[in-house]
Amino acid sequence: MRRQRQKILRRKWIPILRNKREKQEARSGYLFLLPSLTGTCGFVLLPFADVVRRSFTKAAGGFVGLENYRLVLKNEAFRLAAGNTVKFMLICLPLLLGLSLFMAVLVNQAVHFGKWVKTVFLLPMAIPAASVVVFFQMVFDGEGWLNRLVSFFGISGKDWLKEDSAFWVLVVCYIWKNLGYDMILWLAGLLAIPEAQYEAAKVQGAGQWSCFRYITLPQLGETVFAAGLLSFVNAFRVFREAYLLAGDYPHESIYMLQHLFNNWFVNLDIQKMTAAAVLLVLMTGGILWGRERRITRRKRLEERVL
Amino acid sequence: MGKGKAYNTPEKVGGKGIMKGLLKGLLRLFVAVMLVFMMLPLFMVISDSLMGKQELLETCGAVFSDYGGEARFRVFPMYPTLRAYVRLLLDSPEYFVAFWNSVFQTCGVVAGQLLVSVPAAWAFARFRFPGRRLLWILYLLLMLLPFQVTMVSGYLVLNTAGLMDTRAAVILPGIFSTLPVFILQKTFAGLPAEVVEAAKLDGAGNFRIFLHIGIPMGFTGIFSIVILSFLEYWNAIEQPMTYLKTEALWPLSLYLPRMVSEEIMTAFAASVVTLLPALFLFFSGQENLEQGIMLSGMDAPDVK
Repeated sequence: MRRQRQKILRRKWIPILRNKREKQEARSGYLFLLPSLTGTCGFVLLPFADVVRRSFTKAAGGFVGLENYRLVLKNEAFRLAAGNTVKFMLICLPLLLGLSLFMAVLVNQAVHFGKWVKTVFLLPMAIPAASVVVFFQMVFDGEGWLNRLVSFFGISGKDWLKEDSAFWVLVVCYIWKNLGYDMILWLAGLLAIPEAQYEAAKVQGAGQWSCFRYITLPQLGETVFAAGLLSFVNAFRVFREAYLLAGDYPHESIYMLQHLFNNWFVNLDIQKMTAAAVLLVLMTGGILWGRERRITRRKRLEERVL
Repeated sequence: MGKGKAYNTPEKVGGKGIMKGLLKGLLRLFVAVMLVFMMLPLFMVISDSLMGKQELLETCGAVFSDYGGEARFRVFPMYPTLRAYVRLLLDSPEYFVAFWNSVFQTCGVVAGQLLVSVPAAWAFARFRFPGRRLLWILYLLLMLLPFQVTMVSGYLVLNTAGLMDTRAAVILPGIFSTLPVFILQKTFAGLPAEVVEAAKLDGAGNFRIFLHIGIPMGFTGIFSIVILSFLEYWNAIEQPMTYLKTEALWPLSLYLPRMVSEEIMTAFAASVVTLLPALFLFFSGQENLEQGIMLSGMDAPDVK
């Protein structure tokens, strides 16, 4: 067993191309990959090596060790922005995933208007941020519609974008934009579950909730990961709305890493930028690596069971 | 919302039935409210774009200029007019410069992405080669990184190549985005293996298989890439903002917000015209778009 695993490991890291056919296959594979790989190397990988190098040097050149990293981690603005970004992710991702799952289950059951609901929910994805930013300003401005609405209930109004509530404005924008996308992702997961399982459960007297809890949820595991990943990517794009609504230096509750990078770039603070970029790459890579390990562990478990 | 199929169980009679009906009604109400919430921004922008100057000032003047008072909420324009559109079409050449910039930028990126990412996805889906898993994880990582991180490396290259502040500065890095590869790989990996094997037996070379089987059979995925990328780059703000300093090169997504602060009269009409191409593509390819999103969520045929 152990020896076998070592063999597999060796096979994985030091691949040995056994025959002519395998060699030919590999060559074709590289050939198809070539244009993409060239560009990726040229525009991202090689320059990123330079970014790593610069993160250890002074602006004028010269090795400074981890000095840049220390500066970044001590930086007040970086702490604020990183904190806000993490907070945004922690609040938005569960909220979006939960709400879109709920909508997906509803749409999956309602046969008649399902198509319409899908269309309407996906629509915000197609709408450029620049086109609706006028609308959001109309809603959240100090003299805007939301204030008129709340004054109805006797609450005094405020400029929603210039106080802590700006954070929640951004949350609403994000949910509005991504709800449909995530709903479709969930629907993909839901449709993959065979109908027969529900039938069988119902024969045995299972209610709707237990069907959902014991059949649907356990089988959505991989969809959770995919939806989480894509929502994470899209969460960074909320910067567009934030930037258009509030500019370079918005209220501090929505000052995100994206703003910070942008301002560092404008001020040509390359040293801090490179260090922070390396940190972010390490963090994202860590998440992926964790998933890799989970997959291999599960595979090993499955092998053992079989 | 429609007649819920709700696992066609025989309804139980009595109190439980009423509770169930109530619950169903509440759910429908919830969906209806959500629908309004989702549609409202688009609806209001279109509605406001049909207003005349005076009416627009009355509804939005409080927010966008010093008209005073409060914003008014009006669902439909009282005196609908197309004057804002006429003025936009006849009287704002800068808007059209920005419009064509957007078209150039978006079409360039989408066309380039197709040329590059379709073969790459085919390679990941159909061939085994040393380092495949490693490269795949690398592509995943690049897909996940926010623009602000890759911006630094992008800047270093573009600056060295002297491409800063040109159209190529936005287009070239965009072409090598790895998200299309990620989605298309799943499309291609899902194709039935028998067809490819059959073609191989008939003596078709790798390139011919790709051209005559891969591309036609993966059409849904490819089309969904076109739509997703189009929407993404039509809406791009970070990239042009970072790499373009000359305002004459700005795309709509950057130019439009400035218009709002300067010219509220045509701003709404300009917003509508801006979203028309995106909306058109969205409706023409909605099925494909849904398929593409579903594919991106599926894990089954991953690169092992």
